[in-house]
Amino acid sequence: MSLFAYPFMVQALEAGTIVAVMAAVTGWFVVLRRQTFAGHALSVMSFPGASAAALAGLPLPLGYFTACVVAAAAISAGSRTQDRRNFAQESAVIGTVQVVGFALGFLFLSLYGGVLEDLESLLFGSFLGITATQVVVLLGIAVATLAFFAVAGRPLLFASIDDLVARAEGVPVRLLEVAFLLVLGLAVAATAQITGVLLVFALLVAPAAAAQRFTTRIGPGIALSVVIALAVTWSGLALSYYTDYSVGFFVTSFAFAIYLVARVSSALAPRLAPAPA
Amino acid sequence: MLSHDFIRLALVAGTPIALASGAIGYFVVLRSQVFAGDTLSHVAFTGALAAAAAGVDLRFGLFGATIVVALLLAALGDRASVGDDVAIGTTLAWVLGLGAFFLDLFNRSSHGGNGIIAARTLFGSIFSLSSGQAYVGAVIGVLLVLVLALIARPLLFATIDPRVAAARGLPVAALGTGCLVLVGVDAALTTQVVGALLMLGLIALPAGAAHRLTANAYLALGLSSVFAVASLWLGLVLAYEVPSVPPSSAIIGVAAAIYLCSFAAAAWPATPSSRQSVAESGL
Repeated sequence: MSLFAYPFMVQALEAGTIVAVMAAVTGWFVVLRRQTFAGHALSVMSFPGASAAALAGLPLPLGYFTACVVAAAAISAGSRTQDRRNFAQESAVIGTVQVVGFALGFLFLSLYGGVLEDLESLLFGSFLGITATQVVVLLGIAVATLAFFAVAGRPLLFASIDDLVARAEGVPVRLLEVAFLLVLGLAVAATAQITGVLLVFALLVAPAAAAQRFTTRIGPGIALSVVIALAVTWSGLALSYYTDYSVGFFVTSFAFAIYLVARVSSALAPRLAPAPA
Repeated sequence: MLSHDFIRLALVAGTPIALASGAIGYFVVLRSQVFAGDTLSHVAFTGALAAAAAGVDLRFGLFGATIVVALLLAALGDRASVGDDVAIGTTLAWVLGLGAFFLDLFNRSSHGGNGIIAARTLFGSIFSLSSGQAYVGAVIGVLLVLVLALIARPLLFATIDPRVAAARGLPVAALGTGCLVLVGVDAALTTQVVGALLMLGLIALPAGAAHRLTANAYLALGLSSVFAVASLWLGLVLAYEVPSVPPSSAIIGVAAAIYLCSFAAAAWPATPSSRQSVAESGL
């Protein structure tokens, strides 16, 4: 049976493509800024968001996006002391945000009356439920995210690599950090609709991490990250379609394999591909 | 409320486990390994589902998976902290992907679980522990606390100043590995009580609060354990009185409230200098 025989599958491929591009670009900055844990916590926020929306009778995506933006604001507010990033504090605050999110999600779920029909696909991803409207919404978010990086990418890069010098040069470091977390929240909420809440990393972190092992250059690095994310998404969707096992499993396994290959090859040829992280 | 068997079992198993989580959590926060702890809790989920899919005792999967991954994380970096977040994160994604696969496998197998095991592993069900589970949990919890009490002093030293500790002849790397393995065992235990997704709450929240309140390491260690046990008890009472609130959410809710209070208390201009000193010396 052809991959393109059903409209739902075509929509899934469209959505997957959009999400892969957006996640790969965003992820490249996440890896550079070492905010993987924040990405994880934000992705988790889709769960309380969705269950709160279900409880209130609102559309689920509205819940996802609101919860992610609120959490991004909380993380950026709580994780600084004396205007510098404080890694120990940051990890405790992120952990807190994440756990409270899960607890609230579980609470809303039980208030909602037992089992949210598609809890499993919410947590682990599914490509069955994607509508044409959702594809349009995802496209809008992707365009907004990429526009942010087109405008703010350069100063953000500067601020990520050398916080102090960037500040001395008059770059609004703090503002950029908050804006980045908000964009990350949006991107993650969108990605979670394909990969599921728990598996966002497969597209957000693994391709970018692998790309940064292969090259330290910026343009090629981002491009490579996008290529890897696309390959992983397409093959994951195709295999899931033919085998009927969850798309999340295939996507995470491929992404992890590529990351391992990148680590091994950069370990074997340290002078050819110096690792930045 | 104490006349019910399920409440008594919840207290018997929960109290030592909370005590252990609070104590070990302090080291996790001090070593900024919250992300590693989080990963171990998700590993517990995959381990339990793998065991369920294979039809063996859940606890094999829980303890086996968390201990193996704890050793792996320890091997990955001498301190699997912020610098290794990418490696941890990628491993985490894959482990969860495997969990999704086992969930599929399990749902299709003849056991016909409808994801109930998954829901129990993810969110725990402290009110439906069997007496066997409760007593085994209590014994392992007590053992964990004892081991921790034994290694607390050298582990603190190795955490706060690894170089000086190494110069004094302390096995810093072994202590780090041991600490992660203890976190792994604790993750496997706590998963049965509050679930894989909320286990981080009992580890990070009481310890985070204690770390904010005092610079004295032993005092903080004690406070953290007390906070964890208090969260468990109050959470259980809350869940008992308000049946629509799941016990896991109630426990984490109380822990989060304590954490928020610690922010307020720390903002009080009492001893800002002492807090700073631990922040700088320890991290």
